Amino acid sequence: MEKKELKIPMLEELEKGPWPSFVTEMKKSADNPMAADTLRQLEQSYEDKISHWKHGGLVGVMGYGGGVIGRYSNLPEQFPEVAEFHTYRVNQPSGWFYNSDALRTLCDIWEKHGSGLTNMHGSTGDLIFLGSKTEAIEPCFKDLGEAGYDLGGSGSDVRTPSCCVGPGRCEWSCYDTLDACYDITQEFQDELHRPAFPYKFKFKFSGCPNDCVASIARSDMSVIGTWKDNIRIDQDEAKKYAKNGVDIQAEICDLCPTSCIDWNGSNISIDNSNCVKCMHCINVMPKALRPGTEGGATILVGAKAPIIGGALLATVFVPFLEMEAPYDDIKELAEAIWDFWGEYGKNRERVGEFIQRVGLATFMDEIGLEPVPEMIAHPRTNPYIFFGDDLDEDDE
Amino acid sequence: MGTPTVDQVAEAMLELVTVTKGKKNLKAPDLKKAMFEKFGEENIDKKMCKLAIRQLIDGGQCIYSYFGGSYITLPPEEGEEG
Ligand code: SF4
Ligand code: SF4
Repeated sequence: MEKKELKIPMLEELEKGPWPSFVTEMKKSADNPMAADTLRQLEQSYEDKISHWKHGGLVGVMGYGGGVIGRYSNLPEQFPEVAEFHTYRVNQPSGWFYNSDALRTLCDIWEKHGSGLTNMHGSTGDLIFLGSKTEAIEPCFKDLGEAGYDLGGSGSDVRTPSCCVGPGRCEWSCYDTLDACYDITQEFQDELHRPAFPYKFKFKFSGCPNDCVASIARSDMSVIGTWKDNIRIDQDEAKKYAKNGVDIQAEICDLCPTSCIDWNGSNISIDNSNCVKCMHCINVMPKALRPGTEGGATILVGAKAPIIGGALLATVFVPFLEMEAPYDDIKELAEAIWDFWGEYGKNRERVGEFIQRVGLATFMDEIGLEPVPEMIAHPRTNPYIFFGDDLDEDDE
Repeated sequence: MGTPTVDQVAEAMLELVTVTKGKKNLKAPDLKKAMFEKFGEENIDKKMCKLAIRQLIDGGQCIYSYFGGSYITLPPEEGEEG
């Protein structure tokens, strides 16, 4: 068959300059007719200033309600190779650890069944395979299954849980994010593959308050590592930082949000009872300061990115939880939330929006959580107003 | 009305999906609510509804469809656009 010319002058503008370019990368795959037509259609979209994709529909694998997102071209005659161009979400390994063998396996499967284009990783956390024809969906799923992979979530279900690299690579991790993420993924397989909620529900696990997976901003249930004992201090290392030019007073003490860290010129002291675990001092002097050893996590609920309605940050629901398998407390809390939200949530209403609508106090009451002072919207701000029995009308 | 079997719940769900086709798309929580109303809260629980939905999906009588949210619908008929 005669090879169709790849004329994409506007896209090629994006290859100029010192930055990496998705156009350059996609051109490397242009031997695949689907990848080539993707580029051609995108050029057409630039010309027309409108997307030529339409989403939705009835694609999927037997028994699953998520994991494949239907996508079609609205110019199928002009770009026949991408007339059907469905996306797979493949459940990534915890912390996105692959060896080269695993990567080769995945790429081989995808080159056999689809466009060969991948997105490592999508904003959902999943490994994304971009562009499959409808007839290839089941065979591709079968090959993925045989290689030990499963699809992730999409639609109104538990989305593929994701976590930071945690103890796999990071000394600050206050719990085993990789294990927690894996355990929750296995536990909620039914909720992940069979959409049964008003809208999506995301779990994200970060090992420390640096929150590298942005769970506080992106997940309905955010599990962020923290510690309850004291920050570990190595005074000799602190002195070395000072000797090497770090202005500890200006760069650390003056920027501590609660002014609870002091430097007297030779020693650091911390009033740990006032430390809000912001990680600033630890990030600046990682050799001198480390999180405490009594690790666990804070559970926050209700964040979302601005897709429908505005963005929401999560609110603290459980100030400290020891993070030991089988993570029963997190599972019970999630199920209590799903029960209430599943019953009264509106279509496409995220948990955070639902909480805003019904009110925090009602929500807490319904899921059976007692308010405690450490439940905060952000450090030192408590969004709960509760009147005790002493203020009941009968007592007046 | 006494406690229904999973088969009976699945059947009632299928009937509802069939009569609402083209008028209203239903999600899993909508089906659950309708079943609670039909059979009575004391006779049915959410686990039973979950099993009934699973039966309909695994048996191919219904499928999950995505229209901005995930709905449970009848499979497309021949010639119907997917
Ligand atoms: S969130 Fe914390 S523990 Fe996880 S990778 Fe980032 S810095 Fe390390
Ligand atoms: S972690 Fe933050 S609040 Fe705590 S001592 Fe360091 S800078 Fe201050």
